Amino acid sequence: MRARHAARDARRAREFEAFVAGAAGRLLHAATLLTAEPPDDNPRALRLLTRALADTYARWDRLRGEDPYDRVRCHLVTRFARDLRHRYGVPGRARRRPAGPLAALGPRERLVVVLRLYEGVAEEQAAALLGLPRERVDTLCARATATLWSARGSGDGARPATVTAPGGGTRS
Amino acid sequence: MNRREREAAVRRSMDRSPPRVPPGLCADAVRRGGRLLRRRTAARRLLWLLLLAAAVAFAVWALAVQPWVAPPSETTPPLTDW
Repeated sequence: MRARHAARDARRAREFEAFVAGAAGRLLHAATLLTAEPPDDNPRALRLLTRALADTYARWDRLRGEDPYDRVRCHLVTRFARDLRHRYGVPGRARRRPAGPLAALGPRERLVVVLRLYEGVAEEQAAALLGLPRERVDTLCARATATLWSARGSGDGARPATVTAPGGGTRS
Repeated sequence: MNRREREAAVRRSMDRSPPRVPPGLCADAVRRGGRLLRRRTAARRLLWLLLLAAAVAFAVWALAVQPWVAPPSETTPPLTDW
């Protein structure tokens, strides 16, 4: 009984380590884009990712063919979205200036952009993951790309004064 | 500039400057995940134990009280016209 447990623990640890070695770079990049932190100083993204990885490790034996990468990404995204709702701006903790390529966007737009454009998740799936209607995801994505497009070259981290109107009017 | 080109530009800008993965990340996740796993196992074991205790208590009570046996009648019909 004990020997079987030990063997299972060892196998799990081995498989998990291989998975992390392969996927951590991309996942950490996605998390850093989400939290809009500079790539060399991303404690919040690291915390998010560690939590998501730990959760995946805890149910590694019961994944039943589910892709662990999908599972971590799903955990990452839902956790980030929940943190947005519940503790947006904790009193006593100064919010850091957003950095990175998505600094000009709000957190919800960053979620959509990371899912749709960085991870290449289908629109329906992204909408289901975020609990938004599909059209809303489409609109958010269009608006975010337009914002980024107009903010390019104007320096890192500056949110442009003019944001294009919602409703897909930015498509051409 | 159409939307497709804008999206491609955003993709390119995101692919620049990937963060470096710190070496302790996997060990950290394994430690936390292991703790989660142990806590879940303990909780499950506790629940099973509670269930078992409840079942035993019920069985003991049922055997002692035997609620399925009809209680002996305590009243007799009045005897008239004897």
